[in-house]
Amino acid sequence: MGVAIVITSGKGGVGKTTTTANIGAGLAQAGSKVALIDADIGLRNLDVVMGLENRIVYDLVDVVEGFAKLKHALIKDKRFENLHLLPAAQTRDKTAVSPEQMKHLVESMKEEFDYVLIDSPAGIEQGFRNAVAGADKALVVATPEVSSVRDADRIIGLLEANEKHKPSLIINRIRPSMVKRGDMMDIDDMIEILAIELIGVVPEDEAIVVSTNRGEPAVMNANSRAGEAYRQITRRLKGEDVPFAKIEEESGLFSRIRRMIGGFKG
Amino acid sequence: MFDLFARVFGREDASKDVAKERLRLVLVHDRASLSPQALEELKNDLMNVISKYLEIDQDGFQVDFSRHEETMALVANIPVRSVKRRTL
Repeated sequence: MGVAIVITSGKGGVGKTTTTANIGAGLAQAGSKVALIDADIGLRNLDVVMGLENRIVYDLVDVVEGFAKLKHALIKDKRFENLHLLPAAQTRDKTAVSPEQMKHLVESMKEEFDYVLIDSPAGIEQGFRNAVAGADKALVVATPEVSSVRDADRIIGLLEANEKHKPSLIINRIRPSMVKRGDMMDIDDMIEILAIELIGVVPEDEAIVVSTNRGEPAVMNANSRAGEAYRQITRRLKGEDVPFAKIEEESGLFSRIRRMIGGFKG
Repeated sequence: MFDLFARVFGREDASKDVAKERLRLVLVHDRASLSPQALEELKNDLMNVISKYLEIDQDGFQVDFSRHEETMALVANIPVRSVKRRTL
C-alpha cells in the first residue's frame, strides 16, 4: 500500500507544479513506483512541465466518470518507466469531480503505486478540497514573501482542521543574497511564523526555467542547485535523515561583479 | 559591509523585519477569525454556562476579539443583573 501526498500552497505561482514534477521524478529516479495526479482541472500544466503533453488521450475526469480505465489514462514517463501521470481535464471545471470520487481514485491508485503525488490547484475552494480528499500527507509550498506565507498559513489551518497528517513545509525560491542583506525572510523566520515541520529549501535557480522550457525536471540535472534540493526532499520523504545545509550564496567572480554593480545602483 | 555601513548610518530597517512584523499581526487576525456562526455558538455556550451562576442581561452580552499590539484577546462584556441565591 502506497502513500498519497498532496502538494499545495493556497497562493498561485509559488511552484506547486514544478515541485510535484521534481519530487515525482526524484522518487522515480530513486526506484519507487510513482503516479502523479494533476488535480488542477481546467488549468492543466503538470503535463507540459513533465514534457508529456503530446501523449494525453484520456484524463482524470474520464477516469472518474468511468469513460476510461485508469490504466489507459495513465501516461508513462519518457525517462522513467516507473513514473506515471494522470493528467487533468482541460475543458471541464473543478465541479466535474467530487472529493469522494477523488478519495476513491487515490485509494485505488495507492494499491498499485508506492507514491501518489497530487498537484493541487491554487485557492481554498472545491479544487483544493478535491486535491486533499485522498491524501495521507501534505506538502505546503511557500516562497519567502508576505502574500505566500499568509496564504500558506491559511492552508495549514485548513489541513489541520481537516485532520490531515501534519503538513510539512517546502520553502521555495529563496535567494541567499537577499537573505544575507536582510531583504528576504530566512528559513528560521518562515518556520517561526508558520510553526510546521520543514522538509525542504529550494533556492531560486535559473535552471528551473530552462528545465521547464525543455519539459525535463531539474531533479535530473546534477548541476542544478534546485535539483539538488529536490533530491534531498526525495530522500527525506523516504525517511532518510538529511541535514539541512546552510544555503550558500553563489560564489565566483561573476556574482561578485554583479553584486558590486548592484551595490552602486542601490 | 556596504549595507551594514548604510544601516548604521540611519537607513531604514531590514525589509524582512518589516515583513515579519506585518505578517505576525495579520496572521494573528487571520487565525482568530472564527466564522460568524461559530462566534455566535460560542456566545450562546458562554451565556448558558454563566447563566447557571449569575443572572445576566442577555441583550447586553457581547463577545468579540480584540487586538492589543501582538496579543489577541477574546473580550466578553457580560452585564450582570443579579447573583443567584445559593440553593442548598
